[in-house]
Amino acid sequence: MIEIKDDWCKGCGICIDRCPVGALEDSDRLNKKGIRPPQLKEKNECNFCRLCELICPDLAITVIPDKEVKKDTKKPLLSPVGGKNR
Amino acid sequence: MPEVNTADKLNKKYLREDMWPTIFCNGCGHGVVLDYTFWAIEELGLDMDKTVFVSGIGCSSRLPGYINADGLHTTHGRALAFATGVKAANPDLNIIVFTGDGDCSGIGGNHLIHAARRNIDMTVIMINNFTYGMTGGQLSPTAPLGSIATTAPYGNIEHPFDICELVKALGANYVARWPVSHPYKPVKSVKAGLEKKGFSLIEFFSPCPTAYGRRNKLGDIKKHWQWYDDNTILIEDYEKIMNYGSDEEKEETKNKMKIGVFQDIQKPGFFEQYEKLLERLQDKRGKGGKK
Amino acid sequence: MKFKRDPELIREVLGKKVQFILGDIACVYGGLLAGCSFFGGYPITPASEVAEGMARRLPRVKGTYIQMEDEIASIAAVIGAAWGGAKSMTATSGPGFSLMMENYGYAAMTETPCVIVNIQRTGPSTGQPTLGAQGDMMQAKWGTHGDFEAIALAPSTVQECMDFTIEAFNLAEKYRNPVCVMADGEMGHLRERVVIPDEKDMKIVNRVPATIDKKKFIPFTNSQTRKSKVPDFPTFGTGYHTYVTGLTHNEKGFPATDKQPDHEKLVKRITSKITDDLDKLTNVEKLNLDDAKTVFVTYGASARPAESAMEMARAKGKKVGMLRLKLVWPFPHKEIQKLANTVDKIIVPEMNLGQIVHPVREYAEGQCQVVSAPKIGGEMHLPIELYKYLEGE
Repeated sequence: MIEIKDDWCKGCGICIDRCPVGALEDSDRLNKKGIRPPQLKEKNECNFCRLCELICPDLAITVIPDKEVKKDTKKPLLSPVGGKNR
Repeated sequence: MPEVNTADKLNKKYLREDMWPTIFCNGCGHGVVLDYTFWAIEELGLDMDKTVFVSGIGCSSRLPGYINADGLHTTHGRALAFATGVKAANPDLNIIVFTGDGDCSGIGGNHLIHAARRNIDMTVIMINNFTYGMTGGQLSPTAPLGSIATTAPYGNIEHPFDICELVKALGANYVARWPVSHPYKPVKSVKAGLEKKGFSLIEFFSPCPTAYGRRNKLGDIKKHWQWYDDNTILIEDYEKIMNYGSDEEKEETKNKMKIGVFQDIQKPGFFEQYEKLLERLQDKRGKGGKK
Repeated sequence: MKFKRDPELIREVLGKKVQFILGDIACVYGGLLAGCSFFGGYPITPASEVAEGMARRLPRVKGTYIQMEDEIASIAAVIGAAWGGAKSMTATSGPGFSLMMENYGYAAMTETPCVIVNIQRTGPSTGQPTLGAQGDMMQAKWGTHGDFEAIALAPSTVQECMDFTIEAFNLAEKYRNPVCVMADGEMGHLRERVVIPDEKDMKIVNRVPATIDKKKFIPFTNSQTRKSKVPDFPTFGTGYHTYVTGLTHNEKGFPATDKQPDHEKLVKRITSKITDDLDKLTNVEKLNLDDAKTVFVTYGASARPAESAMEMARAKGKKVGMLRLKLVWPFPHKEIQKLANTVDKIIVPEMNLGQIVHPVREYAEGQCQVVSAPKIGGEMHLPIELYKYLEGE
């Protein structure tokens, strides 16, 4: 499940391009600037890798766990370098 | 399920949300650098009350305006000198400097050299987009040979400046360079730079589709981001190929840009040494030594 | 390692109460007495001794001395240190002062307290490095681009080099503006007797730190705790999360470069916070003005031969007086207007081709004759040369 802050999206398309499983596409809605924010495809293979959340230049994407699909949102891969696992 | 940090939570903690969205063009990599910095700060648990962000002039130097902490937006090229002063007044503060390629290596080249040489305890995040983006796309000291800019309309004939090599030679404690499109290693580097005492420089290759990409036939955002993936190579791989590779492989890789961790040493920082100097003077005074 | 001003330690480091020292070193003494804790400098004749004196003494009072890579870095580090909480100063001469102009304007725009000591030398360009002049007086006021108010003091004796440096710190802290001490090569390299004041005879002014609730604090507007156009100072590291920028900014400190009213409001506040207090700031010395018909209006080193010329004239019965400007900027125009009303002639001796003579002439408003007495080349006027201007009285 991803939450997009529509008015922050600038439509660069990096999230759609870089998703390793191609789970994102342009949506039909328009934000205040006339940009189409992304959305998850109807049939998607999202594995909660959270790359879109990390790489969005406008910090507009948040990945949250989907209660129906019993997959855990991955802990950030950044932590196993020393420092607490969050 | 354990509590997980999300971008939303980080934004609420570290971002000045009423200043968002940014002035950056779409496809620009500066926002990503900010994101990586937030994740690194969150990992380390830095106290935002004791962290100061200093910046010069340019697109990269607008980043402190979006961060919910003390920020000093200074004159062009002088960020490192201002940062030295802030640190001198209160060595307990964490200093993070955001600067750009023109700001740092062009007008600010001298200050970069001396801040690195003195090993002042600060972390410099230098965002290199090969151009002077804020003013419209003029030639920058780091622009590749042959690239086009508004002030080099027939192609750049100057050799580019390799900032990481310079700072490595000056003996900075931590030097690393990553393109913005690589997701996890930059966060580790920023974290390592922040933890290290002494001068740390992390360079980011950031796409500028508007000023650089458009003029150098990389205008499509996806194509421009891909260009960084295709034309960079890890230092270890580069050295392996240049030492042991076939002639073809060498020809292919010799012009690629090196990325990775250039240097990771531990020399004492300026203020550590200065503290010791003050202790020496106080001891002398205590023993009633000659004034 | 946070700096704390320790009056006993400072006097222990300075030494005897009465000393025979250089003007440059007197500036060092003044800075240390005022509580300076950061000096960023660069060698330049004739101000190198200030840097050397600070390098020797500042670590002994637990301050920080850094020799920066050039004058631009010096003033930048001084401003950064002020935001870190330190009282900071630098010292330079003409060529360095020219290099500092951009950041001098930055300090004025961001309302940063700092002190710049300019031991002036002949110019333009490299000029005569070892000889004094007063050729930077206009630069202190107009040298940087844009509109701002300058505060500049001009010492005439080595004792004043020390006292005016202390005063410069007080003014910088009070008005949150950069302050210049416009000494010259003559004063800088002159040795005279100075008396170090006792703590109880000194007045030290410190910036008012921000103390109110962090959510309510507005950094760049009139003070919220007292009646003043000078805002309280939110030192970095105290949790106020202030954004400081040289761009035109709104009251919260964020860039607001699109609209005319934002810029006008900001620049009018940072200039009027000083010009409103012109009467309090005006600091002049009046000698023999009661019945004078001809008056020397002078400042800095030129005041010394002017005083001798005045005494020579008085001995011959001529009605001559002197008005010495201790604070040159903001210009004490009311004093000049009053004076021009009562005298026939004003002579302005200066070690330049005529700089302060212009505002004097402007504010005399044609009420009397204003004559410039310039001398360039690194030599002070001789009293007999100034006496010649009085012939025919």
